[in-house]
Amino acid sequence: MLTFESTQRKGKVLIQPRGELTIFTAAQAKREFADALEAHADPEVDLSAVEEMDTAGVQVLLWARREAAHRGRALPFVDHSPAVMEVFDLLNLVGIFGDPIFITPSQS
Amino acid sequence: MDMDLAKQTFIQEALELLAAMESALLAFEDQEDPTESINAIFRAVHTIKGSAGLFGLEGIVRFAHTLETVLDRVRNHEVTLNHAAISHLLECHDHLAGMIGDLATHPDGSAELDPRGRELLEGLVPMLAGPEDAGHAVVEVGSRPAGPDPAAPVKEGPDCWHLSLRFGPQVLQDGMDPLSCLRYLSTLGRIVHLYSLLQLPEGEAYNPELCYLGLEVELETAADRKTLEEVFEFVRQDSIIRLIPPHSKIREYVSLIQEAGETGGLLGDILIKCGCISSEDLKQALVVQNEEDAAQGGPHRRLGEILIEEKAVPPAVVAAALEKQRRPQERQGMEAKVIKVQADKLDRLVDLVGELVIAGASAHVQAAASKVAGLVESTAIVNKLVEEIRDNALSLRMVQIGETFTRFRRVVRDLSKEMGKAIELEIHGGDTELDKSIVEKLSDPLLHIVRNAIDHGIESVEVRRARGKLDTGSLALSALHDSGSIVIEISDDGGGLNRERILAKAVDKGLVKEGETLPDAEVWQLIFEPGFSTAAAVTDISGRGVGMDVVRRNIDDLRGTIDIESYEGSGTTFRIRLPLTLAIIDGFRVGVGTGSYVLPLDLVQECVDLGPFLESAENHLVNLRGEVLPFLRLREIFSVPGAFPPREQVVVVQYGETRAGIVVDRLLGEFQTVIKPLGELFRQTKAIGGSTILGSGEVALILDVPQLVQMAGSQGRRPRLSPSLH
Repeated sequence: MLTFESTQRKGKVLIQPRGELTIFTAAQAKREFADALEAHADPEVDLSAVEEMDTAGVQVLLWARREAAHRGRALPFVDHSPAVMEVFDLLNLVGIFGDPIFITPSQS
Repeated sequence: MDMDLAKQTFIQEALELLAAMESALLAFEDQEDPTESINAIFRAVHTIKGSAGLFGLEGIVRFAHTLETVLDRVRNHEVTLNHAAISHLLECHDHLAGMIGDLATHPDGSAELDPRGRELLEGLVPMLAGPEDAGHAVVEVGSRPAGPDPAAPVKEGPDCWHLSLRFGPQVLQDGMDPLSCLRYLSTLGRIVHLYSLLQLPEGEAYNPELCYLGLEVELETAADRKTLEEVFEFVRQDSIIRLIPPHSKIREYVSLIQEAGETGGLLGDILIKCGCISSEDLKQALVVQNEEDAAQGGPHRRLGEILIEEKAVPPAVVAAALEKQRRPQERQGMEAKVIKVQADKLDRLVDLVGELVIAGASAHVQAAASKVAGLVESTAIVNKLVEEIRDNALSLRMVQIGETFTRFRRVVRDLSKEMGKAIELEIHGGDTELDKSIVEKLSDPLLHIVRNAIDHGIESVEVRRARGKLDTGSLALSALHDSGSIVIEISDDGGGLNRERILAKAVDKGLVKEGETLPDAEVWQLIFEPGFSTAAAVTDISGRGVGMDVVRRNIDDLRGTIDIESYEGSGTTFRIRLPLTLAIIDGFRVGVGTGSYVLPLDLVQECVDLGPFLESAENHLVNLRGEVLPFLRLREIFSVPGAFPPREQVVVVQYGETRAGIVVDRLLGEFQTVIKPLGELFRQTKAIGGSTILGSGEVALILDVPQLVQMAGSQGRRPRLSPSLH
């Protein structure tokens, strides 16, 4: 089960995936992220409600980040849930997601 | 898979490996560079341990494991093998062979080591703890003892396993998550470094349900390769799982980079982080890569190639690497070329071919009688093909005698040690081929002769010195093909047979009359009489008078002959002459009276009319172009009734160095002969080697040419054949 909610916070659009970010919801998540990138200028992603994540989930997050980068935009992830942190740690991805090169290549 | 069948294969393979191990152990001391030998020994033990593990044969695994540990230390030059150590390893080999042999009778094997096994393992303990690291007695499975390897001064990688994982795209859809593999992996040891590679396609090309994950993991663990492989058991089908063990050579990492192709640079960074290669190596290689890209705009050169070209890896390593890579391929090639077939299947094939030969001959006779040209021609073609099939089928059963000879290295080594004599074994003509069934029956007689030669033939060092010989005695086994038969010689440079002592003993036993003079060759034959031993001392090895008569009986069974050549003081040679095959021969058919007889074609030299010769009826000799040739008449030997034909024919045969003429009524030509053994009733009958069935359905007797030649030569004393001379 995955739902995407978008809310406004401090003038910014906050996208909040809620539920599991796994192989079962990856296709849906891809669509949602694509739509969100179309609809909003600089959305942030709130990961606090992600209860479960697997490889497919990691991939879709990274894909979304890279798609945003291609459009010259950042897609910051904030408020990682423990489930997300565990996977990021496991795959040693904190560096990749935190790497400015991946977020905004235009800066370099 | 049928476990019983698998286990049979295991037993067979293990025995083959053990044979290889034994010969490598025996060759060990003679080699300047025993690296190959020790590797072969290690491989044998290692493979046996692995396969035994599959079948849950704990006893074997435990024994082999300790042995393997010792061998690994030898391989790493931490322990050197002296004579005693090799002897001990040989005993361990015997024990392992025994345990595997027992599997045939106790299929489940024993989980426990028997006392003998424990004793042997205790003997290995000094080798487990070398002077360099005493106390470090048992090395864990899978990990290798660290330490410099003087033989290969090559830079080694870190102490960790390096796992290079590229998960298959379908993995996620199949319900597997690489993350669970990773979580499980982290329970096996400490993940020192981990680098994720996520090569996602852009935009719509990205399929959220495919897996794009790759991992480079540096794992510090005590687990062995098998355990690590099991981690990836469920994902391995379309994934690329590469496990590089600790202390691997740089080469492996380089080839890893090589395979990564375009992402080589990234991978290189990872490997540097892991400490696998130095950053200098990589930087240089990358600079070259970039320059070339700029210059050519062409396809990327593989980083690995550049590393090697830029001599980041010493050429010696590359050469060694290439050599190493080639070898498994060659072995694979060999495996593909050899098919294992059960011996009884082969025997059945040869039997059938035998029947085919007979049936073909029959068809040929019928066709010839019908006088239908087309039929005659086609049966002739069929017969030609049958002949080729026969030759091919028989050659399938041909094996090299070398393997049998090689087994004697061990015998000679053990016995000479026991006897306190220094003996060197020489082997010649090991590639000579003969029928498998003959080889099998040959090994017992050979063993008896070799034992005798070591025990009685070759003198002790003191005696040898006194006689002005080299301290080291020499024993030679040789095999060669000679006119349709195979000759095997066992010769020693020992004291030779003692004519007086043998004669005295023979007189004593009533085999020879007092004062009778016999030629040397006949004196030597006396030692094959049952219960005949002239040895002053009965030793463990020989001298009980049992053996030499068995030798002759075995050789007789093979339709062979055995001669001895001996010179007092300078040595003895046993010469065994055997037919090449037992089943089918090219025959030459002759007629006497109404019956027909078959001579092996290989032994026939020429055929001539008896008429013009100067025949001397009393002593059965003819003058063949000036040569005196003894002859005998089959008609007389087999007491064939009926009148003599107007013109008799002489078939000149040769066996070994002796020639003789066989006088027959008619020559009937060549034909393929399937040898059918004679029944027990005719066992004592001399001069007949077997029977065969002719195309017409008649039975023809196959003549035993060696015996006929012998009879022709000694007709002075034995004018007539009597069925029970012996």
